[in-house]
Amino acid sequence: MSDATAHALDHHEPVTSTGIPNKKVLMWAFLGSDCMFFGTLISTHLIYRKISATVGGNFLDIRDVFDIELTSFSTFILLASSLFMALAVSAIHKGNLNSTRWMLFGTIIFGAIFLACQVYEFTHFVHAPGNELTLSSYRGEPHVFGSTFYVLTGTHGTHVAIGVFWLIGWLVYSFTGKMSSAHAIDVECCGLYWHFVDIVWIIIFPVVYLMEYAF
Amino acid sequence: MATESIKYTAPDTETKLETKAFPRPGQHASGLVDWLTTIDHKKIGLMYGLAALFFLLVGGVEALLIRSQLWSHNMEVLTNREYNQMFTMHGTTMVFLVIMPLSAAFFNYFMPLQIGARDVAFPRMNTLSLWCFIAGGIILNLSWFFTGGSPAIGWFGYAPLTDPRFAEVIGDMGPDFWIFSLQILGIASLLASFNFITTIINMRAPGMTMMRLPVFTWMTLIVSFLLILALPAIAIALAELMFDRSYGTNFFDFLEGGKPHLWQHLFWIFGHPEVYILILPAMGIVSEVIPVFSRKPLFGYGLVVFSGALIGFMGFAVWSHHMFTTGMGVVATSAFSILTMLIAIPTGVKIFNWIGTMWGGRIRFDTPMLFALGFITMFMIGGFTGIMHSSVPIDAQHQDTYFVVAHFHYVLIGGALFGLFSGFYFWLPKITGRMMSEKLGKVVFTLMFLGFNLTFFPMHYLGMIGQPRRTHSYNEGHGFEAWNQIATVGSFILGVGVFIGVVQFIHSFYSKRLKPAGKNPWDARSLEWTLSSPVKDYNFARTPVIKARDQAWENNYGTKENHSKKEPLDDHGVHMPDRSWCPLITAIGLFIMALGLLFHQSIDASGELARDYTMAIVGGVVFVLGVIMWSLEGPCGYHLFPKENEE
Repeated sequence: MSDATAHALDHHEPVTSTGIPNKKVLMWAFLGSDCMFFGTLISTHLIYRKISATVGGNFLDIRDVFDIELTSFSTFILLASSLFMALAVSAIHKGNLNSTRWMLFGTIIFGAIFLACQVYEFTHFVHAPGNELTLSSYRGEPHVFGSTFYVLTGTHGTHVAIGVFWLIGWLVYSFTGKMSSAHAIDVECCGLYWHFVDIVWIIIFPVVYLMEYAF
Repeated sequence: MATESIKYTAPDTETKLETKAFPRPGQHASGLVDWLTTIDHKKIGLMYGLAALFFLLVGGVEALLIRSQLWSHNMEVLTNREYNQMFTMHGTTMVFLVIMPLSAAFFNYFMPLQIGARDVAFPRMNTLSLWCFIAGGIILNLSWFFTGGSPAIGWFGYAPLTDPRFAEVIGDMGPDFWIFSLQILGIASLLASFNFITTIINMRAPGMTMMRLPVFTWMTLIVSFLLILALPAIAIALAELMFDRSYGTNFFDFLEGGKPHLWQHLFWIFGHPEVYILILPAMGIVSEVIPVFSRKPLFGYGLVVFSGALIGFMGFAVWSHHMFTTGMGVVATSAFSILTMLIAIPTGVKIFNWIGTMWGGRIRFDTPMLFALGFITMFMIGGFTGIMHSSVPIDAQHQDTYFVVAHFHYVLIGGALFGLFSGFYFWLPKITGRMMSEKLGKVVFTLMFLGFNLTFFPMHYLGMIGQPRRTHSYNEGHGFEAWNQIATVGSFILGVGVFIGVVQFIHSFYSKRLKPAGKNPWDARSLEWTLSSPVKDYNFARTPVIKARDQAWENNYGTKENHSKKEPLDDHGVHMPDRSWCPLITAIGLFIMALGLLFHQSIDASGELARDYTMAIVGGVVFVLGVIMWSLEGPCGYHLFPKENEE
């Protein structure tokens, strides 16, 4: 074993065959898998949107219950949070702990605003007077739209929530005095996850929301 | 740490690295603590294998009960519901708790050894995968003891069989147990696969290029990719089903706008890659065994590897051949029919390569080779009937008959299980350090081969003359009896063979009378055979530098420039990580959470549905605690200093 390898082992940063850190390969593999999770959910939604396009004999116009202004706003917030995330990764690479903290904080706040919007949206939809959209029905008639819509966007929301807790973990850890640029790879993996969840929303927003307004 | 400039003075065996945030059982952990907290890929592989062998016997008993019920017309060994439960549990157990974990056992134990790695990339995650698998197995089999007993929905769980309104028993919990156990088993497979992918891509010894990887390691990589891409489909389908059953959504509820057909698509988008997930590891094992016992390098290594990758890739494009009779329309049916015929090509390429390897070789018929040859022949029969099914009109005739049962058992027993048994006879000497009795091995092979063919060959005929599968009995006068009786006799012979085999495996761990295996008893070719048997805790005393494919063989017989030199020992020693409780705690959290979600519904005094999430939340808290401890306990460990002559 060469000295360089032994040295790396002592510091628990193994030299890898590709030069890419193990954690990053792991994260990419996970994200590849997660694509299939969301792929399945989005396909389910689209298939049912096409084959169950009526409710109680009438064309299903979901615009009656959607609040596109609110969702556009929360979409913008989520996209903006990715900027903070990218800046946090950049800051920790440079070892700038103070800046990392603020950027993590910004990401967390924006993520939380997005989640709050989603919670508001869900409660609002379920109780929309005359247009109640529940897991099993729309306007009191049994329908699949609520099922696919809530489970798809809810799964995305769960991903955002996990991301927020993960970021809070790093924010708390940054105050223990142990955090340094050695943790850049960990924050970067967190960032990969965050951007991925963001990209998924970039697909969900047009496919689930905007398309309803296109025709 | 400022250790760069300080030269280690090596103590006799070990040195402590650093202090710990949480107490992690260290080098001297032993007994139960060692097994519960180990993060060593070899011990994890062993536990995977032992648990899977146990479930093999459980699933086997279920199979024998099924065969007893079918001994003659109108038998009453099992009621119709019990019969449905048996074939459901038999299928689910054999697929998820036997073949997949047996493959995972070999992946765990031998893949790091074959690429010259200290361990997998994420050892603690590897342990979590093991405990999730055990938790999933327990949850599935707990179903016997609760309302409705085990699931009676088939291993495929087609809607609307899973709809609570159509359950035979009010409040039937079987499908819920099935859902949660499969979800947790899915987590186990995903974690293991992420780990294996990272390990193979990133932790190869110097000189171990991708095209020098042993074929078994290649198949590990391909199967891992299949798993991470296929499992999400069933995970989401199961989640949707869970919402249907517990929260009133309408995904598969045809009375309220759902489409049961969608379940079939989602299930088979997972289910067909799953078929290759089951068979590719066995193909990898056979690709290791045949060259060794033919004393020739694998014929067409590159073709074998790329055929494996092509099978994996095309495996995602043939799922609907399970659904030819559902009325998908001419275009879809034809497309899936053609793709299914095409996938036979890479499979055939592999078979010709194995034959090419044997051609002109000096073949030794030791037990591993016998099982490998059994694999090729039996898998070919299963493959041929598979190609028959790719033709839509023939498939329509065979659908739901015993012909299909014959087909997939030829693939899964004659194929996967024979391949895995070949692996056991081939690699157990490396694990235990002892040779197993060849005589007994050949008895096991003969019993299994005979019993297997007696059981399943008649089923081709039974299917042709119209015996339906998944039906608990048949009437007199169809002429089914004789062939069913042959099958039942065969199944007991097969059962005896498997049982003796399992006993022989376990026995070889304890017996002192078996002769020692030495480093390389088979004169085998890959890197694990350069190590002592059993392999030392630290795997490689010196990081090997790879010069050629089949390095162990090259060292003995190759040209001078292909010999790998004996590298000097590292005076820093081999770094060993400490053991950890966190994976076990995390898995227990998941287990409690799953049970909590299983039992969260009840009917209160006024007849209303009540939900109580206390237990699920407790499980969630344990899970989160486990994860937090996991991330804070930090890298601990110690150094081992192998002696000059140790390998």
